[in-house]
Amino acid sequence: MALIEATGVHVRFGDRVVLENIDLVVPEGEFHGLMGPNGAGKTTFFNVLTGRVKPSRGSIRLDGEDVTGLSSHRIAAKGIARSFQIMTLFDEFTACENVTVALPSFRARGFDMRRAAAGDNGFAESALKILATVGLADKGGVRARDLSYGDRRALEIAVALAQSPRVLCLDEPTSGLGSDGVQRLAALVGRLKGKLTVVAIEHDMEFLFALADRISVIHWGQVVARGTPHELQQNEWVKRSNLGRFA
Amino acid sequence: MTASPSPSSDATRLVTPAMLVLWLVLATVPLWIARVGLYPYLGIEILIWSLYALAFNLVLGTAGLPSFGHGAYFGIGAYAFGLCQFNLIANLWICLAASLVIAALAGALVALFISHRRGIYYAFMTIAFGQIFWTVAIKSHSITGGEDGLLKIVRLPAEFGVVSFDLTDNVALYYFVLIVFALALTAMWRLAHSPYGRVIAAIRQSETRASHLGYHVWLYKASIFTLSAAVSGLAGGLFAMAQLAAFPDVMSLHQSGYVVMMTLVGGGLVSFWGPVVGVFLFLIARDVIGALTNAWMLYFGLLFMAIVLFRPEGIAGAAAAALQRHSLGSIRRQGSSAMRLLFGGERWR
Repeated sequence: MALIEATGVHVRFGDRVVLENIDLVVPEGEFHGLMGPNGAGKTTFFNVLTGRVKPSRGSIRLDGEDVTGLSSHRIAAKGIARSFQIMTLFDEFTACENVTVALPSFRARGFDMRRAAAGDNGFAESALKILATVGLADKGGVRARDLSYGDRRALEIAVALAQSPRVLCLDEPTSGLGSDGVQRLAALVGRLKGKLTVVAIEHDMEFLFALADRISVIHWGQVVARGTPHELQQNEWVKRSNLGRFA
Repeated sequence: MTASPSPSSDATRLVTPAMLVLWLVLATVPLWIARVGLYPYLGIEILIWSLYALAFNLVLGTAGLPSFGHGAYFGIGAYAFGLCQFNLIANLWICLAASLVIAALAGALVALFISHRRGIYYAFMTIAFGQIFWTVAIKSHSITGGEDGLLKIVRLPAEFGVVSFDLTDNVALYYFVLIVFALALTAMWRLAHSPYGRVIAAIRQSETRASHLGYHVWLYKASIFTLSAAVSGLAGGLFAMAQLAAFPDVMSLHQSGYVVMMTLVGGGLVSFWGPVVGVFLFLIARDVIGALTNAWMLYFGLLFMAIVLFRPEGIAGAAAAALQRHSLGSIRRQGSSAMRLLFGGERWR
């Protein structure tokens, strides 16, 4: 059964149609890539999936449940986590605190005013375990703003993982990373593959073609091609477009 | 940089060594304040304004929400105390509870309309609502006494069953206010370091990220504003008791500006103690520099501008850097970042 099912998603901002009848079915455990040129509507589609933008038409179902138009906090609570193309971390918090705040157990105590947050070692232990999975075990006490760019990208993913999501949406996770950073990230995402349903927007075709089970190509707000990396390499549209040279 | 997370031990304490030292010093104030050329009533004012500024800083410093009409809730608390005393029951505890509850209701009402905003839009809306409350206070002669204010408020005794303490004397009132201040300060310290306080601090840094982590940002913003209004109202109730009257001027825009100045000069954006430091400095400057020149506010205003432009960490931030051996540059960046966040216009969904 599909974990994510987007049907006929249509978004318009004023006179401008940004997404037009996007359909997407992502089975549980699949790594699904989204590619396309800048301005194609990939991030807008992510924003629809994660509740940041309400679609003008169409529906989003998560494991059969209609989540169309729900606010971002309700969608997050249902298990869709995301990272951002422009990094959005709590810069004054340490890496450990960034992850702690994302833990569902912490969120459940969000209105607790009686106990000290730092007094519960369970949160810190959980956060450190997650930081270790992204290679930041020794940087838990460093403020997010003092981390290197690559570490901040890793922390973005750690924060999303801390939510124990059912679906992880990664918006250009390799953006701004050097080749070492991309390799580290590819290794990390490779470890998640199969354990988690991942939808990733990516411009690094090498990264995407190596990891994705299936890829959808979005252009002018429409899905113009879809298939496995191998199928896309044979796709005439992809071959003709600028994207073909990567594939 | 530290390798592992080591939360400040103070953050887990209900009462910190700094609090004990502060309370000890404050407890001795009536013994020496007259000898240094000041007067006991100033001590009461400092405590009440400190309570008000700490409550205000829950919104400004902790949540990063620029409220410039907060005097309204202080004033509503003052009127609620007087009106409860005149029309309902002359009992200290009930009148103070009325100050807190009525100000909280006013804060909740305003929060309903403004909590989807932040930055300059939020600031303008708080000013607008503050002006509405101020106008209502001035125009409702039959209830509030209009511009003359609500006069003849009495200092009700603190009754504890069989024992009752008379608070008509300034020294007795000072110690009563000190106890209320200490309790409220402890509660606000715990709140700031609780999971709720950390979520509020996270929302200050990125509403978008907090929302995508599953936090109902609107509800958190509305709740912290309401809590802040409630404690501001409690401070207003104490103020009405202290000055034996409630006047509309405390609700005016320029009086609302005082608490902003106190908080920012003190360093409320980076330090829990900033508002208290700012209140001390402001009221002492008013009395000491004010004794020399009527233009004391000009000098304090220049100090305020200098702090906002060049030292966003404020006095408490600089002191924390020195005492805790933090890098001043790091604390200054924190202050600059908080200042930017205050006036950013980001809107979340």
